Amino acid sequence: MTASAPGSFEASVARALLDPSEPVPHGITTDSGGSPARRFAVHRNNVVVGLIKTLQARFPVVEKLVGEEFFAAMARIFVAKIPPRTPILTTYGEEFADFIAAFEPVREIGYLADVARLEAARTRAYHAADAAPVNPSRFAVLDPDAVSEIRVTLHPSAEIVRSPHPIVTIWAMNCGEQELAPIEDWRSEDALVVRPHLDVEVRPLPPGGATFLLALCSGHTISEAAQAAFGDHSEFDLSRSLAELISSGAVVEIIAP
Amino acid sequence: MSGGSHLPARAGVGFKPRHFKEIVAAPEPIGFFEVHAENYMGAGGPPHAQLGALRERYALSIHGVGLSIGSMQPLDRDHLARLKVLCDRYQPESFSEHLAWSSHDGVYFNDLLPLPYTANTLARIAEHIDEVQTALGRTMLLENPSRYIRFAESTLPEVEFLVEVSKRTGCGLLLDVNNVFVSAGNSGVAPLSYLDAFPFDRVKEIHLGGHHEQTDDAGAALLIDDHGSAVAKSVWTLYEHVITRAGPIATLIEWDNDIPDWPTLRNETLVAEKILIATSRASAA
Repeated sequence: MTASAPGSFEASVARALLDPSEPVPHGITTDSGGSPARRFAVHRNNVVVGLIKTLQARFPVVEKLVGEEFFAAMARIFVAKIPPRTPILTTYGEEFADFIAAFEPVREIGYLADVARLEAARTRAYHAADAAPVNPSRFAVLDPDAVSEIRVTLHPSAEIVRSPHPIVTIWAMNCGEQELAPIEDWRSEDALVVRPHLDVEVRPLPPGGATFLLALCSGHTISEAAQAAFGDHSEFDLSRSLAELISSGAVVEIIAP
Repeated sequence: MSGGSHLPARAGVGFKPRHFKEIVAAPEPIGFFEVHAENYMGAGGPPHAQLGALRERYALSIHGVGLSIGSMQPLDRDHLARLKVLCDRYQPESFSEHLAWSSHDGVYFNDLLPLPYTANTLARIAEHIDEVQTALGRTMLLENPSRYIRFAESTLPEVEFLVEVSKRTGCGLLLDVNNVFVSAGNSGVAPLSYLDAFPFDRVKEIHLGGHHEQTDDAGAALLIDDHGSAVAKSVWTLYEHVITRAGPIATLIEWDNDIPDWPTLRNETLVAEKILIATSRASAA
């Protein structure tokens, strides 16, 4: 590589930015003061610290659960391994939950990756397309028999996050939505993340609720989705799940049979 | 004269979502708001709702931080297309980007990285700016970077490089006075001598922000452009010098880290506004 090859500076700088073991690229100098290494460190720091801050902003509850210092160290490893592939950083860290799931030092904190999945879904919901929820009165006028045959379109922001751990409770307790207390009943919690208007909501789902919503998302009718949910959980309660779905504002379209 | 901006020659401020409620609850006569383009590339939600509401009342500057114009590799066409969608939707009074690169081989580094100033890089940057201006159907502004290092292969002074890019492409310039102070301090030259050569007739917007002063391993001052504090006194002095010579120019207060409350930020714009008004009066007299 010669200094005159167009772009050669870029490749060597790019290589050295994310790898502190790389020497400062050839041809970098300073006009005054200290070593090129100290000056180049400003850029290395801008890149890595900026991306760690981006992850902190997206995963505040994960950070609270492991502590600021540990989070920064973990994020630093993630950043070097999976740097952004787009200049849009609002959803940087899509792979962070999977990374945490495989990250040996947090293996004991089984719920951490699922909390990260919940936080990632919240950001996606925040930036998702807008759509107006169907007015609940539209359901009230439907013939009860007809209801079972309808299909619905869910809000573009809606996502279901499932976990064998009580992630909704853990999340709510660590973001100030619920008082911090010991969790006596450690059980599986699924969540509906949705932004019907401007605020992102996290709603815990009743038993079978996640299967019900996922079936609706796949285009099944209410009765088909209810059957799937019953198969999953014998205590699935259709009228409760339906009422909660309607009040959540997650339905943006009713498709009559 | 190069074009590129219809911002009023007043003080504006970098918009922070946390200030939105206060801004709309008691709207004040802010010259303009500036936003980073990349924060408004989602499909919907609060970012667009807020930007739409601001747009109705205020002049708007869209400032890109991720196009990597200073790269020797081709521009990211997808990103350029997203910028076009954004500019078409909000019709900002100005679109600006940086004399810097931030992506290489598809990896985005989230920093404004420097490039050598040579005939080769000049030709490449001019091509990129032509491409941007053609794609967006508008004239853009190019901002001087804050610099920490120099490339041995550089043959052109930064100001000469900027002038030549502006002449070849017709783009306007965005003069970041804090960046001038930081770059000059880090390369041991007087900021005034950098500004002496600056083509003020091509400057359509000014940026002012805070920096952080450290000492490097040789005991020399190392200035870091972190937008994390109030504008330094020495930068205000430099700004007055620019405005006295150039006349009133749209001026932005940037404060991106350790963000203060709205009244504090608003007060910073009033300092700039005062200097702008004093200059217009002086030139009218």
